[in-house]
Amino acid sequence: MRDELLSLIEKNSRMGLDELSVLLGVKEIEVAQELAKLEEEGIICGYHTLINWDKTSIEKVTALIEVKVTPQRGQGFDRIAERVYNYPEVKSVYLISGGYDLLVTLEEKTLKEIASFVSDKLSTLDSVLSTATHFILKKYKDHGTIFDKKREDEREVISP
Amino acid sequence: MTKPLSKTVEGLKPSGIRKFFDLVSEMKDAISLGVGEPDFDTPWHIRDEGIFALEKGKTFYTSNAGLKELREEICNYLKRRQNVSYNPNEEVLVTVGGSEAIDIGLRALVNPGDEVIIPQPSYVSYEPCAVLAGAKPVIIDLKAENEFRLTAEELRGAITDKTKVLILPFPNNPTGAVMTRRDLEEIAKIVIENDIYVMSDEIYAELTYNGEHVSIASLEGMKERTILINGFSKAYAMTGWRLGYACAPKAIISQMTKIHQFAIMCAPTTSQYAAVEALKNGDNDVKEMRQAYNQRRRFLINAFKQMGLDCFEPFGAFYVFPCIKEFGMTSEEFATRFLEEEKVAVVPGNAFGESGEGFVRISYAYSLENLKVAVDRLGHFIEKLRAG
Repeated sequence: MRDELLSLIEKNSRMGLDELSVLLGVKEIEVAQELAKLEEEGIICGYHTLINWDKTSIEKVTALIEVKVTPQRGQGFDRIAERVYNYPEVKSVYLISGGYDLLVTLEEKTLKEIASFVSDKLSTLDSVLSTATHFILKKYKDHGTIFDKKREDEREVISP
Repeated sequence: MTKPLSKTVEGLKPSGIRKFFDLVSEMKDAISLGVGEPDFDTPWHIRDEGIFALEKGKTFYTSNAGLKELREEICNYLKRRQNVSYNPNEEVLVTVGGSEAIDIGLRALVNPGDEVIIPQPSYVSYEPCAVLAGAKPVIIDLKAENEFRLTAEELRGAITDKTKVLILPFPNNPTGAVMTRRDLEEIAKIVIENDIYVMSDEIYAELTYNGEHVSIASLEGMKERTILINGFSKAYAMTGWRLGYACAPKAIISQMTKIHQFAIMCAPTTSQYAAVEALKNGDNDVKEMRQAYNQRRRFLINAFKQMGLDCFEPFGAFYVFPCIKEFGMTSEEFATRFLEEEKVAVVPGNAFGESGEGFVRISYAYSLENLKVAVDRLGHFIEKLRAG
């Protein structure tokens, strides 16, 4: 049940216990217990809402920043990652294999704010060797959801 | 022209669905629960392989039997999933959908006057295909109290010395019924005793929700007398690609291949390349779709239970087949009024044979959101009917 439950609420975290219990074919109490367990184990880390900010009047600029760093003795990349992810404007931090080390996503109201974060905060950290900032121009798909996709049912209305 | 057309064809009843289709098509804002095909898109990696085949200019006929690579993958698949082994070189024929396999399979098996046993309710084309092949259809009316499974007793009662073929349509469209291994073993015993062929239409095999589907061809002594029909439409959401296949002993496949060669030449090449990809790398897609169908199935069965609508729990395909006899209407009256008053289309059960009278087919090849709206309307409709 665990995998199926996770894949259901990954797509729709607002599904109630009653509905989940019907869809999974188990009792509500079992769903509730499983959810509690998943939260406790840190498998479920939050119940977020996917918002297409482009459609609102709120301005948001998102940047992907590639960061090369010097790993620190005894702590590898974890220490520097922590320094970075503690900034609330940082949305995500991944350790990446390949040409650079950390991929940081940053969400701010203006380009200027992002520029100042990179130059004043990120680049000045001791272990940061270099950064490369990419601005996101348009989001087509996020978290498995395609934005702006309207689908008509093209099937014949009745078929044998 | 004054000369008459084929009496056999003119004598065929038009599909019972057609009339209803016209009615629904006129209604602009109706929700339909009437389709017999998946709502999912064909998984992208499969479509991509089709595109790639076109880009590479693979636009020629394939061999009559189908791409060798595809036949090999079909055999791997059947071994892996249904535990039955076929030789890709002489026991597999790739067809234009499962439907072609039904047609040419029957034509390859029967002589004029042979009897073909068809359990109903079932898919609409068995009976006309049997008639076109010159056979006499013998209908078994499956019963709700048996959850629309075929029983040994029913089969025995239908067999005569003219019986040639038994059509075995499970998992079943429209009822959603499945046959367990034990059910099949009893059927197999009688089939062998009476030396008849079985045409097993297993197009919904992957959409089974209470354990794995069992193919009758995998039972002792059955492979030699079975035409196993399957395809890509339902499992991989590939209806429009028109691709299916038949597996049977060489003696049968070679005859079927003759008809296929003259009537069709070969199944669409693009579709065949895409299908190779489906069989190689599509197991996970099938699993995900099955999981989604199963959730919707549970949702509908639960909803029917709450509104007190009589319905056995089906474990196959993507249909539920609730009984509407309590309302004192025919299936067509019920479906027509439901459409007119609540703007939801379901298919009258009698479209799939007389024994479907008193039932309607509801498809759950729709998103949960759609199903929720439809179920609300069904609840409303039923309450209205019960209030008189």
